[in-house]
Amino acid sequence: MAAVRVEAVLAAAEEQEAEKRRSITVEKELELEFDLGNLLALDRNPPPAAALRGAGPRREALLQALARDNTQLLMSRLWELPAERAGGAGGPLVARLPEPTFRLPREKPPPRPRPPTRWEQFARLKGIRRRKKTSLVWDEQAKEWRRRWGYRRAGGDPARAWLAEVPAGADPEEDQFARLRREKRERVARNELNRLRNLARAHRAGSAVPAAPLHPTGHQDREELRRVARVARVSTASLGRFQPRLPKEPAEPPSRSGGKKRRFEPLLGNLAAERSRQLELLRDMGSKKPVLDITRAVNKQMRQEEAEAAAHKGKKQSQRGKRGRRQQRPGRSGKKSGARRQQKQQKPAGGGTGG
Amino acid sequence: MRPLTEAETRAVFEKLGKYIGENIQLLVDRPDGTYCFRLHRDRVYYLSEKLLKLAASVPRDSLIAPGTCFGKFTKSQKFRLSVTALDFLAPYAKYKVWVKPGSEQSFLYGNHVLKSGLGRITENTAQYQGVVVYSMADIPLGFGVAAKSTQECRKVDPLAIVVFHQADVGEYVRNEDTLT
Repeated sequence: MAAVRVEAVLAAAEEQEAEKRRSITVEKELELEFDLGNLLALDRNPPPAAALRGAGPRREALLQALARDNTQLLMSRLWELPAERAGGAGGPLVARLPEPTFRLPREKPPPRPRPPTRWEQFARLKGIRRRKKTSLVWDEQAKEWRRRWGYRRAGGDPARAWLAEVPAGADPEEDQFARLRREKRERVARNELNRLRNLARAHRAGSAVPAAPLHPTGHQDREELRRVARVARVSTASLGRFQPRLPKEPAEPPSRSGGKKRRFEPLLGNLAAERSRQLELLRDMGSKKPVLDITRAVNKQMRQEEAEAAAHKGKKQSQRGKRGRRQQRPGRSGKKSGARRQQKQQKPAGGGTGG
Repeated sequence: MRPLTEAETRAVFEKLGKYIGENIQLLVDRPDGTYCFRLHRDRVYYLSEKLLKLAASVPRDSLIAPGTCFGKFTKSQKFRLSVTALDFLAPYAKYKVWVKPGSEQSFLYGNHVLKSGLGRITENTAQYQGVVVYSMADIPLGFGVAAKSTQECRKVDPLAIVVFHQADVGEYVRNEDTLT
């Protein structure tokens, strides 16, 4: 019995080995197309019909088998590539991938052309065109070709400027060298300022909503149209504060931060101002209460009725004692008369508030 | 910690107004100092200016409770008044309910007040009006909402609820770990 079991185990193990070896080779009708630069394998074989229909474990199993087969083919191709050891003899084996042939679409949108700077606008107006400048300039003093700017530039040697003439209308005490240095610094600063301004203008222009979506086409979705409507509303002289809203358009409260972040009052701000604001809020809330509260008026009237009824009941009993049954007063303490009187009282009150 | 926004202040004042009416002015505008409301972790606190300045120097994570907690804003931004505000509601309460000694304990355990436990009630209390509940010795026990107006209270049967329980001082023991 033990021998039979051992044989069974060995047979199972051999079966498994054969299975493993079999699974490396994959049979396909059409060869796959490979783009090893992108680690891409394209399978143009029609998938088994059961893998397309419906859902279920059978479909999952088929799809899994398909994926495994294709991955196996890709892996075997990758192993065929020329490989080398990275980082010396003991490093990992690295395959050298060929150039990718499959053109992938752009990940990000193409860059927008930046708006022209002030100089560019002026030059376009005037028709000034760029003149190509030579990179080397003839330096008369050094009698050689020197570069236009940079190391050993033509005319840039500071030792050469040993004389600075006092111009005609200037103050004789003024230091000319200092003046020249100061002016250069100012020019550099102005240039930098203009460059930053141009950059800011370009950045601002890029982030604003471009004009094209403002014209309605038939293919815009709701969010885009809502955004465009908001931009159109705000594009008035008073920034949309007095624009009438359509019947079903929801009222949007203006956010000073432009919809970015909630801002709160400072923690220890002006406490007196805060107090006065709260008192004003209380006054507003108090003033909205209705002047005449119908239920309370009714309750008050009922109370009065009951009080009168109680008083008269007491009086009636004492009176009866004196005069007897002749002077029985018509039922003033009944519920009916009280209700009738309350209704009579209520109507003018209701009419008063209605009118 | 931050001041309350306009909407939050309105919600708080409306809730407080149900119990103390226009006496909120006395809380906002006090002769003995500047007091203000501040929001810290969704709870509304009432504190003096001096305490505010001290609390402002405590880091937000370490700060547990600046001043007196009046209540908290729930997740859907509704304001819920808590029992810790009782000290400020009781002196200014407009509508009061006195509870008989026998059913004090029941109220302090969180039950509603029945007609049989009702001692006195302020005249012309409307239905669903906020009321402050006292014991017969004029000790504030908590607050609630009147289930019946004063008129109806007189006519209703003894086991009917007359005041819905909202908060009581027994919560200091029951909900010790959640109160701030």
